[in-house]
Amino acid sequence: MTLPLGRAMREVFGETVSALADTDPRIVMLDADVGSSTRADIFEHNHPDRYLQMGIAEQNMMGVAAGLATVGLTPFVSTFVAFAVVRPLDQIRVLIAQTGLNVKITPGYAGIFTGLTGKTHLIVDDVSIMRAMPGMVTVCPADDVEAAQALRWCASYSGPVYVRLVRDATQRLFDDSYSFEFGRAVVAREGRDVTLISTGTQTPRVVDAAEILAAQGIEAHVLHVPTIKPIDVPAIVAAADRTGIVVTVEEHTVLGGLGGAVAEVLSEHRPTLVKRLGMQDVFGESASNAALLELYGLSAARVAEQVSAICRDRSKEVAAQD
Amino acid sequence: MTITTQDQEIGRLEENARRIRVEIIRAVNQARAGHLGGPLSAADMLAALYFRVMRIKPDEPEWPDRDRFVLSKGHSSIGLYAALALRGYFPVEELATFDSAGSRLQGHPDMTRLPGLDMSTGSLGMGISAGLGIALGARLTGRSDVRTYVMLGDGECQEGEVWEAAMVAARYGLDTLIAIVDHNKLQQYGWPGDGPDGRMPPEAPGELVSKWSAFGWRVLEVDGNRMSAVVDILDRARASDGRPTVVISHTVKGKGVSFMEGHYYWHTRTLTADEFATALADLGEPAAATTGGPR
Repeated sequence: MTLPLGRAMREVFGETVSALADTDPRIVMLDADVGSSTRADIFEHNHPDRYLQMGIAEQNMMGVAAGLATVGLTPFVSTFVAFAVVRPLDQIRVLIAQTGLNVKITPGYAGIFTGLTGKTHLIVDDVSIMRAMPGMVTVCPADDVEAAQALRWCASYSGPVYVRLVRDATQRLFDDSYSFEFGRAVVAREGRDVTLISTGTQTPRVVDAAEILAAQGIEAHVLHVPTIKPIDVPAIVAAADRTGIVVTVEEHTVLGGLGGAVAEVLSEHRPTLVKRLGMQDVFGESASNAALLELYGLSAARVAEQVSAICRDRSKEVAAQD
Repeated sequence: MTITTQDQEIGRLEENARRIRVEIIRAVNQARAGHLGGPLSAADMLAALYFRVMRIKPDEPEWPDRDRFVLSKGHSSIGLYAALALRGYFPVEELATFDSAGSRLQGHPDMTRLPGLDMSTGSLGMGISAGLGIALGARLTGRSDVRTYVMLGDGECQEGEVWEAAMVAARYGLDTLIAIVDHNKLQQYGWPGDGPDGRMPPEAPGELVSKWSAFGWRVLEVDGNRMSAVVDILDRARASDGRPTVVISHTVKGKGVSFMEGHYYWHTRTLTADEFATALADLGEPAAATTGGPR
């Protein structure tokens, strides 16, 4: 059984921020000429006066957002993740993070689901970069339900936030009863044999992987971490305590992102074996989403296979020690 | 010859510019670090803005309807701090803390520390974008009387972001945005060539005028070290014509200190005791005031 598809996060992005703006006159949307892709155009349609086309000039766009925030507006900045993080990184650092201004960096096209674009448009280290920046809150929603809630939360929070959104429809993890809590991780599945920690739209695939593992007799405990910074230390420690072996899984490089964050937490609070699945220090390439998930070991089947192997190796080690 | 009210006003502003320069020299000498050439070239413009042109309330720095000022050439921070202190935003004595641990007067302007700063700057090319955002935001929130002044360096105009901002400001017809380029014809080091001290100016003569014009801006030029001209041009800049305005302010780097004027290497440099005394004497500061070093 696999989790069903939800709605595309980009649609939810355009609709949610537009709906927020219905009641909050401070909200403005900045776009770097890709609103028809990121669905910032939904906002433009409903609030043409507060949609600010900034042209293909992302560095200036970040500076404009900072300026807008100083007069009490709440800018949501939208473009592709690749061009929202690394290209204007110094502007984000100096004008947004160092000032603590109320700017929401909410780009779409995160991770490897970027619609046959190749390595220039695939950014695999945005979470590492943003979480390392002092003062930058970093949020990676799992599905459309959580994305909508995270965006609503974001508008109510004062300060810089980075929300990592995805282009295509992805699997739905949560139902409408779910309630996103800033800074809190969520147990997505209970288990006793191995702890899987994931984030963003990778979590539904990890939950599917846990079902495959269950059929093999391995009961995985799955923790979803939507807020990468500030990270939920007690939840990660508790999840590690459940099984004594942790595997992180992310649609992102294994260097410095979720895997790095979990390893930092556990090495300080509860030394535990941590294995990190994700992009192994490589850039992406053009291919279908399904092909890329296979290539980088991120499909449910490939995650299950790798976790199964990790558990097997672990059993052998434990047996050898006995 | 009669002294007119206008002459008295210019004289008052010239005295404020002189005092800004004196405080720049004192503070940089005290810190044993900091920029000199750029703040000195910009002092007249800063005096005119803070003591005449801008609608501000020093005792209410967050007044929502105030004019805004962004020092895009953030390395000239001490010039701005001197203007703010002399205008009454904070005690002049605090200038002695410039660049020291815990100071509100950081090497580059930090709006989270010092009231009166409308933006943090220091990484070049960014202040103009932030100023554009402020001006756009003021318009969107119905404060169309607010003017946003952004001071850039001429070397800074080599940053690509400046031209991104120039393009977007013109697109929005943002005529409440007034950029001022402190065109002192020198950058920190520059290309080797046949200019002063073997370095080339950051732009060729006329290059800034043609570039800003091509980007759709109203371009005004002024002798930025002549107060009567500065005042006149800023009055003209305030009145809109549907385009953003840039004032190309022709200045002399290190203006007011004989041995600094026109030399790139006074961009940053520490003063010897003799140089400190000479600088203050050049600025007409009484010798008695120089003996104690920093105030």
